[in-house]
Amino acid sequence: MTVLFGQLFTGISIGAVLLLIALGLALTFGQMNVINMAHGEFIMAGAYTTYVLQQSITGAGWSLVVALPVAFVVAGTMGVLLEILLIRRLYARPLDTLLVTWGVSLMLQQLARDVFGSPNVQTRAPELLTGNVALPGGLTIANNRLFILALALAAVAALTLALRLTPLGRRIRAVVQNRDLAAVSGVPTARVDRTTFFLGSGLAGLAGVALTLLGPIGPTMGTNLIIDAFLVVVVGGIGQLKGSVIVAFALGVLQATGEYLTTLSVAKVIVFVAIVAFLQWRPQGLFTLRTRSLA
Amino acid sequence: MSLFRGRRILTGAMTLVAAAAMTACGSKTTDDPSATGVTADVTGDTVKVGLLNSLSGTMAISEVTVRDSIMLAVDEINAAGGVLGKKIQPIGEDGASDWPTFAEKAEKLISEDRVAAVFGCWTSASRKAVKPVFEKNKALLFYPVQYEGLEQSPYIFYTGATTNQQIVPGLDYLKAQGAKSVYLVGSDYVFPRTANKIIKAYAAANGMTVLGEDYAPLGSTEFGTIVNKVKSSGADAVFNTLNGDSNVAFFKEYKSAGLTATAMPVVSVSIAEEEVKGIGTQYLEGQLTAWNYYQTTPGAANSKFVAAYKAKYGADKPTSDPMEAAYVAVHLWKAMVEKAGAFDVEKVRSASGGITFDAPEGTVTVDGTTQHIAKTARIGKVGADGLITEVWNSGKPVSPDPYLKTYPWASGLS
Repeated sequence: MTVLFGQLFTGISIGAVLLLIALGLALTFGQMNVINMAHGEFIMAGAYTTYVLQQSITGAGWSLVVALPVAFVVAGTMGVLLEILLIRRLYARPLDTLLVTWGVSLMLQQLARDVFGSPNVQTRAPELLTGNVALPGGLTIANNRLFILALALAAVAALTLALRLTPLGRRIRAVVQNRDLAAVSGVPTARVDRTTFFLGSGLAGLAGVALTLLGPIGPTMGTNLIIDAFLVVVVGGIGQLKGSVIVAFALGVLQATGEYLTTLSVAKVIVFVAIVAFLQWRPQGLFTLRTRSLA
Repeated sequence: MSLFRGRRILTGAMTLVAAAAMTACGSKTTDDPSATGVTADVTGDTVKVGLLNSLSGTMAISEVTVRDSIMLAVDEINAAGGVLGKKIQPIGEDGASDWPTFAEKAEKLISEDRVAAVFGCWTSASRKAVKPVFEKNKALLFYPVQYEGLEQSPYIFYTGATTNQQIVPGLDYLKAQGAKSVYLVGSDYVFPRTANKIIKAYAAANGMTVLGEDYAPLGSTEFGTIVNKVKSSGADAVFNTLNGDSNVAFFKEYKSAGLTATAMPVVSVSIAEEEVKGIGTQYLEGQLTAWNYYQTTPGAANSKFVAAYKAKYGADKPTSDPMEAAYVAVHLWKAMVEKAGAFDVEKVRSASGGITFDAPEGTVTVDGTTQHIAKTARIGKVGADGLITEVWNSGKPVSPDPYLKTYPWASGLS
């Protein structure tokens, strides 16, 4: 029973990591239909930001608190730069965008290698987050994973509210649903695109901060995760958030259960087979966005 | 249908990434059947040796320290007059953590530079990649890292530990501490899988239960489930053959799950002083390692080695087992050449048996038959200062037995 709950929590926390990474993609890929292969490198940028801050700020706890907003802005700014310099010029040419951002991703990896060295680096976690919460029955829940879960849920809540309630959110939704109609109605679509890209990339930065609590920081840390995150968005259904949230947790629990019953590699196979089967049944993903768009 | 266009392109992207990965794996073979033994060029007043280590890529963190250590030995020998009156001229190549590159560079060092010997390689995958190159050219490789045993090439000298000098003593130590059950965690490649085969054979013969066995891909950072399995198994100890950065994620998760070195110690065979520094002592304090050398190993030879290394590369640089084995390799080669009176590979090989060297780890002796060396096995505990202190040693050097022929329980292994 303890093991069952332990595994359930592990699954949920894998889901939380996936969700944090996928959330930014749900915006840039899901809402704007831009396949940004450099998204993983924005995660890396967030993680290295945490590392740099820890070199200059004493106290692992404070540096983590400071790292969250700073990483968001650093990764977001990188996203905006990428949008202004390259992606904006390629909106009608998705395949070119893909190749260009892939190139950018390789360049950013090399840049990280040149600046920080090719060996991976580590951060010290605050004492509070290295421990665990003991529940009755011998069950323990790791504090760092609880923190990541809380961060993921907070990010989802904030993003949902922003999309629903703020004028910016309304404009983003308008552009997603019908770009031309939004443009003729006076919505500055170019600016909306840039802001969306800032938010999506910034969320990748947040994910990077969270990942420093789990593993090492290295130039290729983003690439290992990006495929899973794309899968979450595709299976969840493009153009809205709730599908991504549900699918991230479902895949996390499926992965953890499969891994517990078999081995890590077999579990990966199980997850991929499940995804293929699911997409055969619902090629449009879990949820679809109803639009009147003709495109 | 703009909603679906994204996905179709994504599929294309994944194919592209997969294709790129496959190209990278494609082997660039350097086999040239017409080539037979290449003789080293020793006509000048210097003798060339090859240094083959990864200076870039995922293995650079470890292999750069080995390169530094080889250079220290070369400098010492040159300062003392060289080998057979000739100064050593080191020629460095970067294996780039890529196994076909290792084979290519080995061929270059042997055929173009005509070096007298090559020092290097770290992972078993890179050793397996260069082995045919050395055998074809009848050239010498000195391999300085502990490995999974079950190998004996006439053209390789193994100066790191084989299994009966590291893993078997590690298990003996656990048994003596009263461990009745172990859990095996390792990276998914040749060394951990072979090592765990040996561990399971040992356990079966020594009344130990193996409660579980899990592998993670190299570079994997998600250990939630594996640690959960380890924890719920209630094993007395964990035997860890993870390599590289996966150790960081594993030990972070281990601590978060509330597991400690006192309740369930982890014995690691790939974590030396340099790696402890990288992972962080906050996660490793009190955990066990199995090696043949630690920076803290007592003795005049080691004090001299540590002092020389720190003087050359910086006071904050620790020394570790593979570095020591690489340093010893160069000195052993010098002794072999001088005993043979020539740089000729076959003469060096037949002169190798019985050669001893007063190494930092204690006196080591070359076994001429297996071309491994007799080494003292040492179990150590990670301290709060990041250094490893010895808690047990085998008392005398253990003779190398790469095929475990003297262990009845290992008869079924191949």
